[in-house]
Amino acid sequence: MSNIDRSRRNFLKTGGALALGSTLPIGLVELAFAEPAQNFSFAYISDAHIQHIKGNRFVRNWDMGLKRAVAEVNLLTPKPDFVMFGGDLAQLGSKPELDHGAEMLSALQLPVKYVMGEHDYYLDLGAYWEQLFGPQYYSFEHKGVHFIVLNSIRTYDDWTYHRWPSAEQRMLEMASLDNPNGSPFMVGDEQRVWLKADLAKVDKTTPIVVFSHSPLQKIYKGWNFWTEDAEQIQALLKPFKKVSVIYGHVHQIQYNQIGNISFNSVMATAWPWPYPASYAQAEQYLPKLTVPMNRADPFFERDATGWQFINVGSGNVDLNFTLYDNRDRVVRFDTLKKQPQDRDYQAESARIDPQRHY
Amino acid sequence: MHKLSPLPIVVAAAIGACSQTPQSVTTRAPAAKAVTAAAGSGNPLLGLPHVPIPADNPQTPAKIALGDKLFHDKRFSIDGTVACSNCHDDGKAFTDNLPVSVGHHGLTGTRNAPTVINAAFYQSQFWDGREPNLESQSKQPFVNPVEGGLPNHETILHIVRNDPDYRTAFNAVFQVAGDNLNMEHVAKAIASFERSIVAGDSPFDLYYFKGERTALTESQQRGFNVFLSEGRCVSCHLIEQDQALFTDSRFHNIGVGINAVQQDVPRLASAFLAAKAQGGDVDQMVLTDKKSSELGRFAVTDHISEIGAFKTPTLRNIALTAPYMHDGSLKTLKEVVMHYNNGGVTPAGAIPNAHLSGGIRPLNLSDAQIDDLVAFLESLTSAQYAKLEPATVQPGDNHE
Repeated sequence: MSNIDRSRRNFLKTGGALALGSTLPIGLVELAFAEPAQNFSFAYISDAHIQHIKGNRFVRNWDMGLKRAVAEVNLLTPKPDFVMFGGDLAQLGSKPELDHGAEMLSALQLPVKYVMGEHDYYLDLGAYWEQLFGPQYYSFEHKGVHFIVLNSIRTYDDWTYHRWPSAEQRMLEMASLDNPNGSPFMVGDEQRVWLKADLAKVDKTTPIVVFSHSPLQKIYKGWNFWTEDAEQIQALLKPFKKVSVIYGHVHQIQYNQIGNISFNSVMATAWPWPYPASYAQAEQYLPKLTVPMNRADPFFERDATGWQFINVGSGNVDLNFTLYDNRDRVVRFDTLKKQPQDRDYQAESARIDPQRHY
Repeated sequence: MHKLSPLPIVVAAAIGACSQTPQSVTTRAPAAKAVTAAAGSGNPLLGLPHVPIPADNPQTPAKIALGDKLFHDKRFSIDGTVACSNCHDDGKAFTDNLPVSVGHHGLTGTRNAPTVINAAFYQSQFWDGREPNLESQSKQPFVNPVEGGLPNHETILHIVRNDPDYRTAFNAVFQVAGDNLNMEHVAKAIASFERSIVAGDSPFDLYYFKGERTALTESQQRGFNVFLSEGRCVSCHLIEQDQALFTDSRFHNIGVGINAVQQDVPRLASAFLAAKAQGGDVDQMVLTDKKSSELGRFAVTDHISEIGAFKTPTLRNIALTAPYMHDGSLKTLKEVVMHYNNGGVTPAGAIPNAHLSGGIRPLNLSDAQIDDLVAFLESLTSAQYAKLEPATVQPGDNHE
């Protein structure tokens, strides 16, 4: 039995928050808080892409992925403090899709917070989503951590407001990959002004966790694994001691460290994507720490999808990925190297065949 | 840990290999039953890999004969009525054809007796894989409260240490006697016997591995193509280029058993973990509590992604081993195929459980395809068991 399994079992059996024998080796956890009881975890579900077909029909596979994640989060012991949903609840942003997704998420027996994804946004620019889930960007405090949620998938006004004959057309253009008619994502002036003001109130030693849908770094432009004003956001976050950015959108495991900022992606419940390393014709800056996702088995629809339990007890982010039909993965902040590290696959020699060719 | 399943190229090659055949068959294929009853190639291992034999338990004829005797000894139970062979009956393809097995004093458990035939090839034993091999598996049923019912193994050791025949046999096979004769020796002998019960050489094997193109009926050949393609069967019931075990040795939630308790899963899962943390025995808990039994592989690994998952059984000799699934809830092969065709629910239209494995989805097979697929499954009966009648299900005492 692997260490992962053993740690998970301990985790499931542990009654208290970060008691000895909890999911993470205590030696790697640099406690940020005076009271260990202040430690907490949250679960993260992302990229469900609920897709309405017609009548009362939705894509079964995507439905099953979200239902399964919800059912499993409800089984976690000890319970996470809250659940983040990382964006792209819908596929084409329609009311039936958002309603259906919201209904499935309503089965969660925990508080849920939401991030806006481009598939939720570009039909009505987030109007119905706001009715269901609240503002598109906001911040909140939880047990000594300052959390910030950004809508990072906006783009130029000209593209958004003036280019398309219909809202449906706009949605379809932004939902396509490798689409020359698309436009890069950005947080934009308005939110950056808000972010600057929000951060001004926060002590520089307070751990900061930013949730966004796109990466807040520039990885691969052709698929919008990219945020155009990433450098400006990173500059605003630079004065803080511990900063983590957690993002969805990429449907694979990515992690990176830029200066003081750790970047971690979360998995999708809908479908996996391979890492687009072969698309060299487009501008790309692949994070050198990234290890490609395990190859997906096309039969097992949940393969290379999943959700993750996240511990920020150290003020840094440690992720335990639950991957169906696949080995679980652990990406943990290495306090010596001061960067996130895949526990099993950081070394080339430790990689398995499917990670070499996919 | 999981093994990756063979890549699709294996399946593609398999389809390629047999796709030439239907056109070349000019003679009219005989009826399925006649084919099934036909003699095999004379090689009972046709279509199987080498039998894995553990280094510390080599096969010998004397050991196998000793295991055979132990396997059939009813004294190894609390009321002297239950031997291994009660539930794994030689005359019933080493099953009992009951939904769930009957133990001492008529008590029933929660799970369907799997056949011993080809159990030697499994990478883990029991429906939830809680034991790694036949040696460790064979010790459990004697002391299970609803099977053999013994409080411990002392009864068995007393018999094998004192019964003259056993004394002679154990001395010859293991060179042990008295207190040196322990349960490991008993288990090794039983495992050796079980490991000798292997059978390939079915009409399918003649057709696929020996190239006898008339070994399968036209319906069975069509069913084989459904098995490889739209039926999605081969993804878990593996066929490889040079042998076929019809299992991936993995665990899947296919929507059997768990569907009936899905509202109760959070309570059951936490109660099970709590009981296990306090020293509860998985073997007893899953066989004495119907609802906990449905947690499947989760009960062994505590892994929430394995709730309701059970081991993929081999399909060899499947026509002889009704009823089907870990709980014996499906009576016929047609019901099994229909269950998959419905996307992991019985009856059709029921709501799939939230933990259903990816890959289980509605198949939209036609009635003809379903019949062909069942016909193909009937071609997996080994020549040496072909004389046995296809199983008819007897009612179980507390079957739901």
